[in-house]
Amino acid sequence: MAFYVVQFLTGLASAASLFLVASGLSIIFGVTRIVNFAHGAFYMIGAYIAFTLTERFSGAFGFWGGVVAAALAVALIGVLVEIVLLRRIYHAPELFQLLGTFGLTLMVEDLVVLIWGPDDLVGRRAPGFKGAVDFFGQNIPSYDLFLIALGPVVLGVLWLLFQRTRWGVLVRAATQDRDMVAALGVNQKWLFTSVFAVGVFLAALGGALQIPRDAVHHAMDLRIIVEVFVVVVIGGLGSIVGAFVAAVLVSELNAFGILIFPKISIILVFLVMAVVLIVRPWGLFGKPEAAARKTPGLSVNPWRPLTLNERLASLAALIIAAMLPLFAGNYALTVGSEIAIFVIFAVSLHFLMSVGGLASFGHAAYFGLGAYGVAFLAKMAGLPMIVCLLLGPLLGCMGAAVFGFFAVQLSGVYFAMLTLAFAQIVWSIAFQWVSVTGGDNGILGVWPEKWAASPSHFYWLALGVAALVTIALRVMVFSPFGYALRATRDSLLRSEAVGINAKRIQWTAFVIAGTTAGIGGALFAYLKGSVFPDNLGISLSVDALVMVLLGGVETVSGGVIGAIVYKALNIWLVSQTDLSKLVLGGFIVLIVVVFPKGIVGMLEILAQRRRKSSPPGSSLLAKPVESAE
Amino acid sequence: MRARNSFVGAAFALLAAGMGHSALADDIKIGEINSYSLLPSFTEPYRKGWQLAVEEINAAGGINGKKLVVISKDDGGKPADAQTAANELVSSEGVAMLTGTFLSNIGLAVSDFANQKKVFFLAAEPLTDAVTWAKGNKYTFRLRPSNYMQAAMLVEAASKLPAKRWATIAPNYEYGQSAVAVFKKLMSEKRPDIQWVDEQWPPQGKIDAGPVVQAVAQANPEAILNVTFGPDLVKLVREGNTRGLFKGREVVSFLTGEPEYLDPLKEETPEGWIVTGYPWYSIKTPEHDAFLKAYQAKYNDYPRLGSIVGYQTIKAAAAIIAKAGSTDTDKMIAAAEGISMPSPFGEITFRKIDHQSTLGAFVGKTAQKDGKGVMVDTSYKKGSDYLPSDAEVEKLRPKD
Amino acid sequence: MSVAPPLLAVEGLTKSYGGIHAVRGVSFSLRPGEILALIGPNGAGKSTCFDMLNGQNKPDSGHVRLLGEETTGKKPRDIWRMGVGRTFQITATFATMTVRENVQVALISHGRQLFNLWGSAPNVDRNEAGRLLELVGMGGYADRPCGELAYGDLKRLELAVALANDPKLLLMDEPTAGMAPRERVELMRLTAQIAKEKSIGVLFTEHDMDVVFEHADRIIVLNRGTLIAEGSPAEVRGNPQVQAIYLGEGLLYEGGHREGASA
Ligand SMILES: Nc1ncnc2c1ncn2[C@@H]1O[C@H](COP(=O)(O)OP(=O)(O)OP(=O)(O)O)[C@@H](O)[C@H]1O
Ligand SMILES: [Mg+2]
Repeated sequence: MAFYVVQFLTGLASAASLFLVASGLSIIFGVTRIVNFAHGAFYMIGAYIAFTLTERFSGAFGFWGGVVAAALAVALIGVLVEIVLLRRIYHAPELFQLLGTFGLTLMVEDLVVLIWGPDDLVGRRAPGFKGAVDFFGQNIPSYDLFLIALGPVVLGVLWLLFQRTRWGVLVRAATQDRDMVAALGVNQKWLFTSVFAVGVFLAALGGALQIPRDAVHHAMDLRIIVEVFVVVVIGGLGSIVGAFVAAVLVSELNAFGILIFPKISIILVFLVMAVVLIVRPWGLFGKPEAAARKTPGLSVNPWRPLTLNERLASLAALIIAAMLPLFAGNYALTVGSEIAIFVIFAVSLHFLMSVGGLASFGHAAYFGLGAYGVAFLAKMAGLPMIVCLLLGPLLGCMGAAVFGFFAVQLSGVYFAMLTLAFAQIVWSIAFQWVSVTGGDNGILGVWPEKWAASPSHFYWLALGVAALVTIALRVMVFSPFGYALRATRDSLLRSEAVGINAKRIQWTAFVIAGTTAGIGGALFAYLKGSVFPDNLGISLSVDALVMVLLGGVETVSGGVIGAIVYKALNIWLVSQTDLSKLVLGGFIVLIVVVFPKGIVGMLEILAQRRRKSSPPGSSLLAKPVESAE
Repeated sequence: MRARNSFVGAAFALLAAGMGHSALADDIKIGEINSYSLLPSFTEPYRKGWQLAVEEINAAGGINGKKLVVISKDDGGKPADAQTAANELVSSEGVAMLTGTFLSNIGLAVSDFANQKKVFFLAAEPLTDAVTWAKGNKYTFRLRPSNYMQAAMLVEAASKLPAKRWATIAPNYEYGQSAVAVFKKLMSEKRPDIQWVDEQWPPQGKIDAGPVVQAVAQANPEAILNVTFGPDLVKLVREGNTRGLFKGREVVSFLTGEPEYLDPLKEETPEGWIVTGYPWYSIKTPEHDAFLKAYQAKYNDYPRLGSIVGYQTIKAAAAIIAKAGSTDTDKMIAAAEGISMPSPFGEITFRKIDHQSTLGAFVGKTAQKDGKGVMVDTSYKKGSDYLPSDAEVEKLRPKD
Repeated sequence: MSVAPPLLAVEGLTKSYGGIHAVRGVSFSLRPGEILALIGPNGAGKSTCFDMLNGQNKPDSGHVRLLGEETTGKKPRDIWRMGVGRTFQITATFATMTVRENVQVALISHGRQLFNLWGSAPNVDRNEAGRLLELVGMGGYADRPCGELAYGDLKRLELAVALANDPKLLLMDEPTAGMAPRERVELMRLTAQIAKEKSIGVLFTEHDMDVVFEHADRIIVLNRGTLIAEGSPAEVRGNPQVQAIYLGEGLLYEGGHREGASA
């Protein structure tokens, strides 16, 4: 019996750490609607700074003072980030902030290694909480008891802050309706800044308090960020009580789950999230998301099919690309193939995200399923390459059909998180089911047959498929189905009121996107000759998101451009420097600030300006006049 | 318009990607790949190690009179990126052979690439047995003692313990799983009386140590096998210390004696764990002394195990090329099979039968000295003594 | 001799939110070609009624029948397929699409082309879309992004969209809000004309009593969720209960003479 009590308390201690970080994320999202990918980075910086301070200053005061000072210092960094970066992009398309904070995260991961060195750092234990308390023969670390008490205290303080102060009332109002607060004449800017600072403070505090239990290292952020998102979503976005309950739920399920299923931890949170979201689409304590009001002034250029000239130009570009093998070496061709494959991957997500308004955070699942499909067919059934390429993507198609059915019942961030959960479930199956998938050692030896083996042949294959896929999806964008899909994105209410079965349209789009991603994955398996769980992993899903956002989520060809720029840059940087994350992150942040509509979005604006400044027909005349003025 | 821009962009990217470093045509180029950005704490000392080797080799006149150049790439911890890097090194840089890799899956990916492209690959660190056995191939050699060898070394000591009730804690991925499987198999062969009372499989890098420690303690084993490492190990040790998990229990632990993993523990270092590792401070052989002196002189830092591996990888590569007298792949394979060479740990041989080197490891017990973790009672275990019989190896390895 | 069922028959429709009885036992019917105004002060339950008629909202109890067929419990899209078009009080349009595309979407849906992946949507029913837009006076705006439109124009666009499926019944929630007085009259005149030509039944709500009294064939009055009066414009205008509700607004009595007084 005593054991179960202690296990329960241990779970509570884990929950408290999780809650601290999650509450900050929840607050930030609730008010600013920012999907703050950098939350884990702030957590990590909190731990690093606290490590430095607590090593530098001795005694109890040195320790506790160091922890609080670290959290405050990081909050200040947060304020800076908010003012310099986020303020510029609140009005950018939804999720663009995700891109910005993702860039920041990349930078921070390299920066901490530059500043604190590569070694794992182990800080000292908390003065006064070094030992354990005996509980009927079981030991409970006293620091755990401290954390268990801290969780509810923080919850209480936050509750008071929100219920009893004017600031809190404003924050709650903003959580419900941003525009209303603006209408009340409240300085929205500073409200957001302060909320961001509080959220970051909590993240950094959570990180700093890990010092007595954990090692401080440069991958702490990734270890926690996904889990924290999951907790926030299970609890219901913006609900702090929800975050608390979810943290307890997840931690306790883990603490007791491992007694029966010792391998459950790897997937537990995602299973819980999937179940919760299917049963309660807005999380345990969440409310249905108010339909996001379109930001005024954010009118999108109406989409149109390419004109004849543009088609010819694209064809010419394709021909030039196809001539690459005439002058490029094998390595360049292989890189070209990889870029072409990522174009396929990116346009498939773009179709779902830009056309359908459904931002999947787990799109790699279908890419990877396509890859595994090929690997199974080639290695187990020994089928010829062409058959594998045709049938392999069907695995992606089937995965998308099953998961998509549940996912499209949700929308917005909840949709995104459910897709993430599904992707993680698929990932962990690939990771765990060693006898079939080879686990993380993957499936090797999936090499192309002779006709496609040479780099130039494979390049032509990849380029050809990429061109076909891009054209096919583009045709679909301007097909009746594409119109219907955009309709469901723009207004569910109106589309249902004109006879559109929105869920079925979205489901179809999901399957199309999943199958297309599967095609990319199938080619990828042959390009690399092997398949690994990585091919279904979060980081690949994030890559896809970044490519689409970078290209421009509101544009038709953003996926293509984003994939080419991001992938080429990424490959080049990884090859040239060990600090590729720092440079790539910096580049992304720069793009976010300078081109808040993405690369293609920016090009469109420039083209529009040019068109406006020189009225058609009078351009010859107009120019000298203008310059004369 | 937009599409055209995209393709121009692509062309630029490809051109940029096509440009490489310039090494003189006469130099011998070796390609090296590792997870520098993902695992800096292991790969930094490793890099220092191989850089030292390059310096020594060139100072001694290079390989057969030619200068050695190592071109190093980061794989970011992703098998797919490692293959891109391998491809760049082979196709674009024209390296004579590939070396490196730390993670097992990356080692396997590059090994498979080498097999496909008929390139010589000397795997430095990946531990999985598959590299030389189940998925071994003609082109791939491996330096570091494999999972099996480390397990066998530990079993030798562990089987002498009186403990009968054992629990295991291992990261939930191929490395952890196969480490536990081999250890259990070899232990059970020597000690049929042993009972396995609990197993814990925390996710790699994400251990929730409190509940894991409690769960193991609840099963009340007499001895524990640990396979976690890095930050997970730190958390496990801290929770285990506080909760008294290790009190009165024997612990056998993979790799924990390597400075990479032992040093961060400082005053948390548990006493008396039986571990494999690298006690650089207590090895008193002329070969190691020479290495240690050179390393400390160059970097003003002490070596980690990665330093040894990096150093010996390049030394081995150079020895193989020197013996082959050429950078022709088949000649290098022929030269490498059965080659013997000196190393800081004494003479090692790359076995013909499975391309595994006989580099060994140190087994000893953990202890604390001046607030730092050290290995005591250490002894060097030669790799050749901890490999299965040739007949068994024949069965494990596919015919090529 | 069996009597043909009315176009729309509403019986005992009831809906409450927590303690608020938004709509309580409302019954009325509508003939083809008839223009029926549903009026009442703010919060009377008009929009709630509309939502229950087109399936947006499920009634707690009561029935809605369209040409004798039960529609309660059906989804909006199915009710739309039965020939019910609707405009919203707060307009709902496809903001990133052009005005023409907005109408085309409805036409595509009507033509059951929604899952056509290969056709060229810009050319689908292009002329028909243009005709509908001309009809509501939006012909010149066809290529404008819908997000740029003024509120009154959005209302007009919604009417064009609502007409896309050749509806038998039009539900219009405050169709003229946001328009200048002259435009209101024009739009309602147009609606009336279409209704008579195609024998479409129209149910609309309106706060501008001029519009109501001029165009409605019949008026029903809702107050706090309950129907309190029904009859011809003249009858309703004379109803003391109605007068009491609208007391002070002055419109009811003079509206017929002072065009646009409420603007
Ligand atoms: N979803 C809801 N939840 C709770 N109460 C609601 C909801 N929708 C409407 N109500 C309430 O029901 C009542 C009727 O609202 P309704 O919108 O139908 O009125 P209306 O007659 O259309 O008013 P208006 O003239 O302002 O458009 C109001 O008291 C309103 O507050
Ligand atoms: Mg209303």
